[in-house]
Amino acid sequence: MAIISIDRTAKQLVLTVQEYSLFAWRAFQNLYRPPIYWTDFLIQSDVIGFGSISIVLLSGFFTGGVLALQSAATLSAFGATAVTGRFVAITMIRELGPVLTGVMVSGRNASSMASELGSMVVTEQIDAMRALGVDPIRKLVTPRIFACITMLFFLTIVADAFGIMGGAFVTVFMNHQDGLQYFSMAWESLRYPDILQGLVKPLFSGYIIASIGCFYGLRTTGGTQGVGRATIQAVVWSSVFIIVADFFLTQILLAIFPT
Amino acid sequence: MSLPPNLPQNAFPDPPGSVASLGPVAIPHASPVLAFNYVTLAFDGPPVLKNISFSVAPGETRVLLGPAGVGKSVLLKLANGLIRPDKGSIQLFGEEISNMPEEQLFPLRTRIGMVFQEGALFDSLTVRDNVGYQLIQENVPDDEIDARVRQILSFVGLERTFAFYPSSLSGGMKRRVAIARAAIRQPELMLYDSPTGGLDPVTSTTIIELIVKERDVHQTPAVLVTHRLQDAFTMCTHYYDQEKAAMLPLPEGQTNSNTTFLMLDEGRLIFDGTIHDLVHSKDPFVREFLE
Repeated sequence: MAIISIDRTAKQLVLTVQEYSLFAWRAFQNLYRPPIYWTDFLIQSDVIGFGSISIVLLSGFFTGGVLALQSAATLSAFGATAVTGRFVAITMIRELGPVLTGVMVSGRNASSMASELGSMVVTEQIDAMRALGVDPIRKLVTPRIFACITMLFFLTIVADAFGIMGGAFVTVFMNHQDGLQYFSMAWESLRYPDILQGLVKPLFSGYIIASIGCFYGLRTTGGTQGVGRATIQAVVWSSVFIIVADFFLTQILLAIFPT
Repeated sequence: MSLPPNLPQNAFPDPPGSVASLGPVAIPHASPVLAFNYVTLAFDGPPVLKNISFSVAPGETRVLLGPAGVGKSVLLKLANGLIRPDKGSIQLFGEEISNMPEEQLFPLRTRIGMVFQEGALFDSLTVRDNVGYQLIQENVPDDEIDARVRQILSFVGLERTFAFYPSSLSGGMKRRVAIARAAIRQPELMLYDSPTGGLDPVTSTTIIELIVKERDVHQTPAVLVTHRLQDAFTMCTHYYDQEKAAMLPLPEGQTNSNTTFLMLDEGRLIFDGTIHDLVHSKDPFVREFLE
């Protein structure tokens, strides 16, 4: 009985991976094949970009602040509190900015995409769209992916900037250090490969968030409970994949631009 | 009682002793608009549909009867490629669609109007945007969309709902908007999935009147899924009088010959014939269903 269950689960997993790969490939092809629904792209950009700005801004600011607090405590043991700015800037721009923004946007938008599309599936609106001769992947999925990639790129820049400002706030007002020194260390330590690393990652995260959110939304079954399940799966898997993708991307980028 | 305009005398006389018939323009030897050939479909279990074969001729309306859960809605979704069969073939407008890629199906589907069981209106769009959805996708100018939407809303008697959202409409109004959405491009085939399900008798009659109107005014071939015998018989025994703008009963003893019946039971097509054949069928299931 247990073997049958494992067998069924394994088959289900392989089937899901296969379906997702086909879905993601089709959605990716639509990114550069007309017609592109520009109005839907702009609406989704507003929902994803402007809608997520407050959570990205707050999480970025306080993450930078926490980094400054923690690093100052450790660095003071070596008398190196002066490099707090360098530590915060590099960590935010290379790692925490892209990953944290991806996870925050995933929590907000992968769930919203999965629940919105899932509700459309269970109320036959997706079937109605297909019956009207409109491709739901082209109409609903591609604009979301396109918008998510674009907006996550800019949101990451916002998170990085506010993270560095959060670090500066803690350094100046709580650790009573020199703000000019903080910013000067941050500026001097940053190199173009660091910035490139930080800005390549959100392109992949954006694709992961939107494609997984839409994938689970469009394969919703089982009514309103199914919508709930799809939403949970979308958030969980997109968050996990953002971190997994970050690991592999970091390895690749470090190989290309060694420190 | 005046005879319906544009409705010639029946080309297919019923057997002796049966009722005479009336119907829209019949094209007996034209190739079918839709044809199922030995179609079988199963979802994780026993087949939902087994060896289903039937066709819909130009100008013909086929009423698909059967109790709930026998695969009527599934059959309708197979008809426009929303679901693929496991075996058999389906010809739509002369093209084989059972293995056709989804992208090639989209242009074919624009020639079909489909009315879903619960209407399936887009809840985030107004009635105007729902009804004009296809026109919006085709980048038709806004003025033309407005005019055509108003025209089709007047056809279903809902002009005043133009700017409403679906959430503010009653169940019957949603179905009428769904009919308007399906009919706006004057489709070559209409598919109705239980359009009167769950509605009160008065609203049901209004919906059936719209379907009869679409059949008699535009001569659109159709497949109508229903489990309500009353609707099926009304389709056969009434016509739409354009002068009086109302659905009227056909003269005593006459029926619409181009409205024929199919009946499903446990995934099998157990009946395919006219109203005369239906009421005289000896099949125990048909008898039980009728009685």
